[in-house]
Amino acid sequence: MSAPLLSIKSVSKKFGAVVALEEVSLDVGAGEFFALLGPSGCGKTTLMRCIAGFESPDAGTIALSGVDLSGVPPNRRPVNMMFQSYALFPHLNVFENIAFGLRRQGETRDAIDARVNELLAMTQLSVFGHRRIAELSGGQKQRVALARALAPRPKMLLLDEPLGALDRKLREETQFQLKEIQRRTQTSFVIVTHDQDEALALADRIAVMRAGRVEQVAGPMEIYDRPATRFVAGFVGETNFIEGRLDRNGAAALITEFGRIPCEPGNLPDGAQATLSVRPERIGVARDGEGIVGFVEDFVFRGETTLLRVRVASNIVLRAAASHGERHAIGDSVRLSFPPGAGALLAEER
Amino acid sequence: MSARRKLSLGERLVIAAPYLWIGAFFLAPMLLIAKISVSQSVLARPPYRPIFEPSDSLAAIWAKAQTFTFDAYRALVSDTLYLESYLYSLTIAAVSTLITLIIAYPFALAMARAPERLRPLLIGLAAAPFWTSFLIRVYAWIALLKDEGLINNALMALGLITAPLQMFATTGAVVVGIVYSYLPFMLLPLYAVLERQDPSLREAAADLGASPAQVFLRVTLPLSREGVVAGALLVFIPAVGEFVIPDLLGGSETLMIGRTLWNDFFSNHDWPAASAAAIVLVAVLMIPLLLWERARLADEGGA
Repeated sequence: MSAPLLSIKSVSKKFGAVVALEEVSLDVGAGEFFALLGPSGCGKTTLMRCIAGFESPDAGTIALSGVDLSGVPPNRRPVNMMFQSYALFPHLNVFENIAFGLRRQGETRDAIDARVNELLAMTQLSVFGHRRIAELSGGQKQRVALARALAPRPKMLLLDEPLGALDRKLREETQFQLKEIQRRTQTSFVIVTHDQDEALALADRIAVMRAGRVEQVAGPMEIYDRPATRFVAGFVGETNFIEGRLDRNGAAALITEFGRIPCEPGNLPDGAQATLSVRPERIGVARDGEGIVGFVEDFVFRGETTLLRVRVASNIVLRAAASHGERHAIGDSVRLSFPPGAGALLAEER
Repeated sequence: MSARRKLSLGERLVIAAPYLWIGAFFLAPMLLIAKISVSQSVLARPPYRPIFEPSDSLAAIWAKAQTFTFDAYRALVSDTLYLESYLYSLTIAAVSTLITLIIAYPFALAMARAPERLRPLLIGLAAAPFWTSFLIRVYAWIALLKDEGLINNALMALGLITAPLQMFATTGAVVVGIVYSYLPFMLLPLYAVLERQDPSLREAAADLGASPAQVFLRVTLPLSREGVVAGALLVFIPAVGEFVIPDLLGGSETLMIGRTLWNDFFSNHDWPAASAAAIVLVAVLMIPLLLWERARLADEGGA
C-alpha cells in the first residue's frame, strides 16, 4: 500500500482505571471504506473520538497524511464526524445545518449555495432545505447528518453507528446509498459499528476490536473465512468450534472425539491442541455415504437453508446448514463432510 | 379534534382549580384596583368614592357608576413625575437585567459543565441567599456602601482614596442591590437550559471547524435563548416595580415607580392615582410580553 492516509501507532487510552484502548495500531488508505467492528465497550468509539480530536490518547500517535495530529483541536482537523445521535442543530434549518462547516471555512455565498444544493441533491433532500430539523423523519435526519459532515470536503469521514437508529428495511437501503456516496466522493470512510453484517456489507477492510485491542484487520471475506482468533470467529457470523489435536502426518487433520477433520495446519506443530472454526454452511450434509455420522437434534428453517443441530458425540453438537429442498426430521441419521479448507485453525487464546 | 369526551365532575374540578386560584387571588384584586383607579379621590376613609354596598339596588349601582372618572389617568399623563418614574424604573430594570445576565451566564455555564455530582451542591449555593431574609440582605448592602461603610473604610485604609466615595443613596447602589437580589432568578433558568443542552452539538460544531468562540456564539448561546428570556423576565418584571431596594439604597433622586406609588398611597392618600399608576404599570409590562408570546407561537406553528 502507498503511504496510508491515516496512520495510528500504538495508541493507548485509559479512563480512570478502565482501559479503553491498548496499543492499537492501524492504517487506513485514501478512499478506503474501513470498519471498526466490536461489541460495546471494545474501544471502537473511543478510537474514533481520538481520530476526531475529542479525546487525546495517553500514548501513541495518530497521523493524517503524515502529519501528527496530537495537539490539533477538532476544529483544525480535516476530518469530519457523523454522530450516532446525528447532533443536528435544532435552531437551524436543513440548509443551514449543511452549510455550517462551509461558513466556518469562510467560503463565498455562491460557493456555499452551490455546495449545499449539490449535497441536498446527492442525499435526496432537495425539497427539504427549509425544513426545521424537528420536522424530519429519522431517515431524513440521517441523510442531513451525512450531508453536513461531507459538506466541507473532509479527507476522512468518521461515522459512529450511522445506521443504528434506522429500522431494518431502511438500514439495508441506506447501506447501498452509503456505499455509493463513498464511491462517488472518493472520501475515506471510517465506520464504527457493532453490527457484523453492516461491517461485512460496507467495508473494504474491517478491524475487529475486543477489550481495547485490535484482534484482526482484514477484508470481509478473510475475516469471515479465516478468522484469526476464536473471538473474531464467534463475533462475525455463526460458527462451530471444534477442539482437537493436530496431526501433521500426511494430509493434515484435526483428531477429534468424533473423527478426523481435514484442515490447513498453518504453523502449528504436530500434536498441538487446537481449535477449528467451521461455518455451518461449509459443512456438507448427506443422508448416507462417506462422512461423520450424527443424529439430527433439532432444525430451524431459514429460507435458503435449514440449520440443523447435529449430535456427533455424546457431548458435542455441531450446527450445519442443509441446502434448500432437503428435508430432515428429528432423530434422522446424517453424514457430515468437511471439505479441505472448510475451517480455520485458531491460535490458542492468550 | 375528535368528539369531546364528557368530563367527570372530578376532572372538571381539577381543571378549574388553577383558574379559581388565579381568579380569586389575581383577577379579583386587579378588578378592585381598576375600580379604585376610576373612582374619585375624597378625604374620607377609605379615601375614594363611590363605594358599592351589597344592599345597593341596580339603579343605585348604575347611579354610582355614573361617577366613574378617568381623572387619575389624565393626571398620570399631565404630571411628568409619573412619566419620569416609569422611564426611570424601566431603565433601571433594563440595566440591572442586562448586568444580571452578563454575570449569571458564565456562572450558569460553569455550573452546567461542572461534574455531575457537584451540581446539586452548586445549585444549593446559588440558592443559599434565600435562607436569609431579603430585607436583611439589602440592609447589609447599606453597611457595605455607606460613607463610613466597609468598602470606603477599606479603600481609605489602603490609601487608595482620601475621601469616602459617594456610593450609598445613588442610582448605582440601587442597581447593585437589584442585581445582587435577583441574580438567582437569572441563574437558575439559565442553568436549566444549559444543563439540558446535548454536548454532542458542541462537538459537532467544533468538528465542522467552529472555534471555541464560534461554538459559543453559534450553538450554545442561540440554544439557551429560552433560558435567557425566562431569566430576563423573572428579573425585569419585579425589578420595574421594586420598592424596597430603591427605598433603602436609593437617594432622593431615585424615583422609581414603586416609590411613587407608595407616596401616592400612603403619603398623599390618593388611592385612585396610585391604582391608576399600578394599572398602567401592569399594562406596560404585559402588552410586550403578550406580543412576544404571540410572535413566538406563530414562529413555532407556521414556519
